[in-house]
Parts: sequence; C-alpha cells; structure tokens
Amino acid sequence: MDTILKAVNINKYFREPVNFHVLKDISFEVEKGEFVSIMGKSGCGKSTLLYILSTMDTDYEGELYLRDMPLSDKSSDELSVVRNAEIGFVFQFHYLLREFSVLENVMLPALKLNRKSRAEIEHDAYEKLRLLGIEDQALKRASRISGGQKQRVAIARALINDPSIIMGDEPTGNLDSKNADNVFNIFKELSDEQHLSLLIVTHDQDFADRTDRIIHMEDGRIIS
Amino acid sequence: MKLGIILSISKTHLITRKRQTIVAALGVTFGIAAYIIMMSFMTGLNGILDDMILNRTPHVHIYNEIAPSKKQAIDLDPEYQDRKRFVNSIKPKRSQLRVKNAQALMNHLSGLKDVKVVTPMVRAQGFYLDGSSQLSASLIGVDVVKEAENYNLDAYIVKGKSSELTKVSNGILLGKGIADKLSLDVGDYITVGTVTGARHQLKIVGLYQSGLAEVDNVQSYVDIKTAQRVLGEAANYITDINIKLFDMEKAPVMSADLERIYKVNATDIQTANAQFDTGSSIRNLISYAVSITLLIVAGFGIYNILNMLIFEKMNDIAILKATGFSGKDVEKIFLSQAMIIGMIGGGLGLLVGYGVSVLIANTPFETEALPTIKTYPVNFDPKFYVIGIVFALISTFMAGYLPSRKAKKIDPVRIIRGQ
Repeated sequence: MDTILKAVNINKYFREPVNFHVLKDISFEVEKGEFVSIMGKSGCGKSTLLYILSTMDTDYEGELYLRDMPLSDKSSDELSVVRNAEIGFVFQFHYLLREFSVLENVMLPALKLNRKSRAEIEHDAYEKLRLLGIEDQALKRASRISGGQKQRVAIARALINDPSIIMGDEPTGNLDSKNADNVFNIFKELSDEQHLSLLIVTHDQDFADRTDRIIHMEDGRIIS
Repeated sequence: MKLGIILSISKTHLITRKRQTIVAALGVTFGIAAYIIMMSFMTGLNGILDDMILNRTPHVHIYNEIAPSKKQAIDLDPEYQDRKRFVNSIKPKRSQLRVKNAQALMNHLSGLKDVKVVTPMVRAQGFYLDGSSQLSASLIGVDVVKEAENYNLDAYIVKGKSSELTKVSNGILLGKGIADKLSLDVGDYITVGTVTGARHQLKIVGLYQSGLAEVDNVQSYVDIKTAQRVLGEAANYITDINIKLFDMEKAPVMSADLERIYKVNATDIQTANAQFDTGSSIRNLISYAVSITLLIVAGFGIYNILNMLIFEKMNDIAILKATGFSGKDVEKIFLSQAMIIGMIGGGLGLLVGYGVSVLIANTPFETEALPTIKTYPVNFDPKFYVIGIVFALISTFMAGYLPSRKAKKIDPVRIIRGQ
C-alpha cells in the first residue's frame, strides 16, 4: 500500500506562557484509502498535531512527508501550494466565506490552483455538491444555509482539487447526531469508494469506533 | 498569477460593504478634486498675473541712466593717487538719455543665438494739454508690430486697434485714465506738449489700459517715429533697448555682460520682478500643502476602513490560507481593494475637479485691473490631472500597504483554534 502521510519524530514546544513540551516523538503513517481518527483528552496535543500535519504550523522539530515528498524544509509559499493541491480541510465551525455563494466557496481553491478552466471548475464543483446532496443550494449565499449544509459545503470544498488526504478537526463536533452521522457516512464513502485517505481528530467515541484505525494520544505521546 | 480570482474576491468584499467603500472612495475623490480645482485656479490666476507683468517685461532692458561719473578727473591724476581726495557737490555730466550707438548695438544683439528679438523704444516726457489743464504725459514710442507680437500689447487695447498706429501718422494709443479725465475717445485729437515747449496734435486710434491706474493716467503708446518727432530728435535717437531671450534664465548673465562690455545700464527680468516671482512660488507652495493635507486625510480614512475590514475578515483570511492561498495572495486581495478604491475615487475626483473648474471658468469676473478678462482664469493643464491620479494611487497604495501586510502575516492556526 502507498503511504500518503508520514510523520517522523515530531516534537513541538510551546514557549509561551511557559516552556511546554506539547508533542513528544510523534511518528506514524497514513496509508492510501485509510480512514484514521485521532482521539485523546483535551490538551493532549491532538489538534496541535493536526495543524502541524496540515502544514499550517511550521514551528516544530522532526520530519513530515506527503507522498514521500519532504515538507519540513519548504517555505510558507511552497507549503500553501501543497496545501492547495494535496490537502483538503474540514473544521469544527464550518468556516465558509459568508459573502460568497455556496458554489463560489467550493470553487475558490480550484480557481487558486488554476489547473482547469473556469467552466470545468464550475462543473466539478456541481459534481462535488451533487455527491454531497446539496447541489440545489449552489447559488445561495453561504451565510443563508443551515449548519449541516455548511459542513457538507466545506467537505465539497475540501474535495474540489482531488486531494491526497482530507484532514478534519472535530468536523462533527458542532452538529446534531443526525447530521454528524451524515458527515461520517460521506467520509466513509469517500474512503471506501474513492480510496481517499482521511485523518480526523474527534472526541466522539462512536465516530472513532467506526473508522479503520484509532490513534490514541495522551500527554503529547501516541499511546496506541 | 491568478489575478482574476484575487480581484474577484476583493470585488466581492467591496460590493458587500458598499457604504464603507463609498465613504473611502469619496475621501479620495474629495482630495483629488480639491487638488485639481486649487491648482487649476491658482495657476490660472498666476498665469494672468504673469501675463500682466512678466510677459510685458523684457528679459533684458538696456537704458541710459543720468548719474555722476564714478571716476572724477582728480582720481585719474597720477600726482594725487596717494593722497586723500575730496570733491564736493558732484553733478552728473550733462548728457542725453539716449543709448549711445544704439543701432549698431541692436544689430549686434540680434545676431546672438540666445536672443529671440530686440526691440527699440523711445521714451518721451511731456504734458497732455487740454485748454488750461496740463497732465503729465509719458509717451512710449515702439515698433508696434513687434510690440504686439512679443509683449502682448493687443491684450491691453480696450478700444481701437494697435495696428492703426502704423497706418495713421501721428496716431496715439491713449491711456484709458487720461481719456476718461479729458472725455476723449477714439477718433478725437489730443495735444501733447514737450518740456522744450513744442506742441503736437496726435490722433487717438485706440485706448490702452494696463490695469495699473498710475500707469493708465500717464502712459500712452505712439509709433517710434512719432516719439522721435515729438522730441525733435533724429531717427537714431533711442532711449531703451528691450531684449527677449529664448531662455529667460540666461537674462542675469547677459545683462551683466552687456553692462561690462558696452558701459550701459542693463536690468534683467529676475531683478526687476523678484518680489513677483516669490509671490507665485509661495502661492504654488500653499496649494500643494493644502492638497497634500487633504490626500493624507483621505489616506487615513482608507487605512482605517481597511484595518477594520481585515479585523472583520480574520476568519476569511484563515480559511483562504488553510485552503492554499499564500500570504502574498491575501496581501494582494486587500491591497487591490485599496487600489480599486483609489482608482474609483481618483477617477471620480478628476471628473469632479474638471466639472468644478469648468464652472469656475464660466463664472463672470470683471475687474478694472484686467480689462481683457471676463471670467475667472482657470488653467486646464492636463499635467494636474495626471499628477492627481498618480497621487491618488500612490496615497491609497500607502494607506493599504500596512493593513495588507498585517493580513499577510495573520497566522491561520491561531484564528481557527480560537487563539
């Protein structure tokens, strides 16, 4: 199996307010098509780890590879290109651009990537929205749709550039059980049918139990 | 780069905040319009004043002044060289006001490459006589065609034509002040008496008004031959030589050279109008100071609005960065908003500035001092419009730069994790 994401001896310190060793020698891999969840108590460093893996946080020690491409030495501009093309993001609080339509929100990362024509991107965006069952909301303002719908739009946006991996920071944390279930099923489908890798930080034991693998963290270490 | 996507994001930001955008743009509009109006009006006014004084002043003026010799006879006597010498009650030598060997000097001057034109002039003092009243008169004899061409004489002829002087012998362009005092008009005759007692009848072919009352009450123009005849002098009698140069800045050097080489008195335009130049440059300075102040105020407005916008848009910036927009892209998004505000506001400012300038240029403005001016003078120099728009763009760029840099540096992780 191909390795999509590989972390080797990641260490991270918070310097303020006091020197604090948050992540201690974190090493693990995510295979292609694998649906991995990270669990742990608040403050164990799981979100911190996720933001390092996402390339947004560059203040760490250790090595990070995405499809065997080393990321640790890249500049922030280079990393934003990687993020744009290879990584899809889903957050706890939906995080759409309020002034733009649902369709535009989904299209933006692809327009930034600039590999396809506008018409193709629009077509792709409709495709992703249809996959998530919300294509009828496409032309609405992002601020005018419900919370569950927003999270599905965010997933569509994460998928638009056909990334290697989707990362989520408690993507179901802010949803009721019905919508949370819905989001989980979408993730599961993506993993099973499109062999997409997923790495999801969650508090939800039910959610985690249904994933392929659970990484348990405690006090900055992976315990299982 | 994908400028299109960046512009479409900034466009959406601007459109969804219409009121703030309009306020920011209006600040720029106000600054640019005020700049254009002030500069057009100020330089228009300066131009008129320049015409009034500078265009009528020769760049170098050669004349002969009656003054005592600087070296008295005793100074030259070798016997008294080492003694203290006193001469009491020095009087000027009795001599004529004419410039010596004027024709030869004029021929020489016309040949110089810096010289545009050389015109002779004869000044004659006398009286306007009307019954028992005597008014002091200063007749200026000129080559009327050259004078009209180079010193803008026609602009000050309020009635009649200067060219009549060449056709009518004994014609005179009478000062408006005298004409009013003596109730004379074009076609009438006036008697001019000289200090030697001679009297001459001159026919009024036009009225002359300089705008300076003390000049108009005394001065009249005649043909140079008429002036020589009134004085009873020959055709080589010339009291002043006026020189116009291609480059006005060379006047001081040239006048110094002429004084040294030809032993004449020569004054350059810079010396003659020193206080006038100062006035013009200070007016320009004030206009610039006010305009720049206005633009700086507008700049602060933009700075404020962008700062607020970026504060409100923290989440958007974090999302954009998380989905692969680089810091530079985000910077461009906000900087382009500032520039769009600058372009719209500046463009509108040009239009408003032009509109108000046209309005001012059509406002009636009549004054004794400027007989040919009927409306306020406005200078529609395109230069001001170019400077205006460039200034608008530069100031909005500077106002947008700092907030945009701030947006560029925002750490998305801190925003997404709620600090």
